[in-house]
Amino acid sequence: MSNVSLRNVRKTYPGGFEAIKGIDFEIPDGQFCVLVGPSGCGKSTLLRMVAGLETVTSGEIDIGGRVVNEVEPADRDIAMVFQNYALYPHMTVYNNMAYGLRNRGMPKPEIDTRVREAAQILEITTMLDRKPRQLSGGQRQRVAMGRAIVRQPKVFLFDEPLSNLDAKLRVAMRVEIRKLQRRLKTTSIYVTHDQLEAMTLADILVVMNGGQVEQIGNPLEIYRKPATTFVASFIGAPPMNLIPLDGGEIAAQFAGDSRSVAAAGVLGVRPEDLLISTDATATGGIALDLTVEAIERVGPETFVYGSREGAHGVSVNPGELPPGEVIVRIPGQIAPAIGERIRAIAPRDKLHLFSADGRARIDI
Amino acid sequence: MVEAQGFRRFVAHFILWIGIAIVAFPVYLAFVASTQDAASIANGQMSLLPGSHLIENYTKTIFVGSSGSTREPVGVMLFNSLVMALAIAIGKIAISILSAYSIVYFRFPFRMAIFWMIFITLMLPVEVRIYPTYKIAADFGMLDSYAGLTLPLIASATATLLFRQFFMTVPDELLEASRLDGAGPLRFFWDTLLPLSRTNMAALFVILFIYGWNQYLWPLLITTRDDMQTVVIGIRKMITTTDALTEWPIVMCTAVLAMLPPVAVVILMQRLFVRGLVETEK
Repeated sequence: MSNVSLRNVRKTYPGGFEAIKGIDFEIPDGQFCVLVGPSGCGKSTLLRMVAGLETVTSGEIDIGGRVVNEVEPADRDIAMVFQNYALYPHMTVYNNMAYGLRNRGMPKPEIDTRVREAAQILEITTMLDRKPRQLSGGQRQRVAMGRAIVRQPKVFLFDEPLSNLDAKLRVAMRVEIRKLQRRLKTTSIYVTHDQLEAMTLADILVVMNGGQVEQIGNPLEIYRKPATTFVASFIGAPPMNLIPLDGGEIAAQFAGDSRSVAAAGVLGVRPEDLLISTDATATGGIALDLTVEAIERVGPETFVYGSREGAHGVSVNPGELPPGEVIVRIPGQIAPAIGERIRAIAPRDKLHLFSADGRARIDI
Repeated sequence: MVEAQGFRRFVAHFILWIGIAIVAFPVYLAFVASTQDAASIANGQMSLLPGSHLIENYTKTIFVGSSGSTREPVGVMLFNSLVMALAIAIGKIAISILSAYSIVYFRFPFRMAIFWMIFITLMLPVEVRIYPTYKIAADFGMLDSYAGLTLPLIASATATLLFRQFFMTVPDELLEASRLDGAGPLRFFWDTLLPLSRTNMAALFVILFIYGWNQYLWPLLITTRDDMQTVVIGIRKMITTTDALTEWPIVMCTAVLAMLPPVAVVILMQRLFVRGLVETEK
């Protein structure tokens, strides 16, 4: 059994800065857990605490039924893949992978078997005698993974392993990491700021912000039912449209249910759930009258940026839309002209309601 | 790179050749003088072409020495210089790499205070602290010994700072990867940091070897016995004979011989140095 549990884990730096503010969750054996969040949210710190590279201020980290707070990184039975790979530049690929095993005093024939086996899995057998500088970024990435695999650890830790690769390779390696993890069935924790990586890789997705967990769950569940406005705008690209429910204009359209509207402060609707239509909306849905400001055609789909009347300004947080701006995602390449007035509608079951501070979801 | 053409190229080469001539001519002259017999130098009409006494002069220099004040064969002096230069270069590298390692990678009380103390010693070269250093060496009974020649010159702030700067450019992830791979501090130092420092060590070795080889003031103070003399002191003593003729061919032979080891070190280490530079990747 190699499940990982975090129990009320906290990290306070000597300066008093609280990087991790009490985190609790459990990763069952063999599951792929992705920590996602904006930079500075503490996801890397948390991973490094599991690795033993950062001390734990309070709380417990438990790997396979053993509290490892005071255990040296090498003795935690984990292996880590770093963002810049951290390969030993002066060692051959073979020695890079064998180094950790040698330090553990493993007999030579066994080291050899393990290294060759891992090299075969990762298709780097022909490169075993080369040095890291003779390899491309993708190949170095494979070696870094090989170094983790040969250890046959209880837990793999990945610290943004793909962010140094170009876009195409990143997609390919993403698929490969997932396949590899399924094959080895090793519990994994993967840190990324890329929501697409997070959605595609995770069995369990942990969305973090400001040293706290915003939401934990199955990625699609999080996509369908974001618990806070932060999660709503972070998961999904382009982000969910968040519209403050201050004017009676929108509230009036919630004729069916005055109870939820009364408590709600923010209305969310995903760009892909909006339809451009002149039809009247079904009961409880919304209709937004927009002026088209910009159009992005990416091929299979088109993003229409529209502004609502009477709401202008600049977004406060990066990644969020400016107030009054609404993105509509439509399939194909046919789009309205810039400056045209359109009506975007969404049915009631596609709407998300949040409390005014954005910290709570209200189920309609 | 801009390729100079025609006249400009000629001017550039001309200036470079003048520079080479200015540097190389005295060296050539020393070599020529070392192959003449004493009389032809003494009468002031030395030929600018090598003479016929090359083997004779060098054999005498290495195995017998001058018949003037120092009766020590230059071979012994060369050996002394070599011991001194090697001990200083290797000792300095060993001590400074270890102290830089502790300053960069370990957290201990007064770490920064110690770093600044090392830094401040930059302002106190041997010449400044020569009397107290001599006194200490004398009290320890290190006069006329290899220990006395080398130990006081070994501690080096410059090399420590150089290694510190280099260690700070080594990515932290390498240390972390080593920790995860079960390598303790000594293993990390030996298996990762030392191999990565190879180029720095080669460069420092060249500089420090020449520094040690060219030491003049300290060996002059600390050695009195002829058989402990270094070759730099030896040359000087050969010339200061007051009531005998200076044996110029022998002096010139000694000068040429004294030049050879530093040149050899530069040529040999430069290859390793350049190859290391090409190999290292950051």
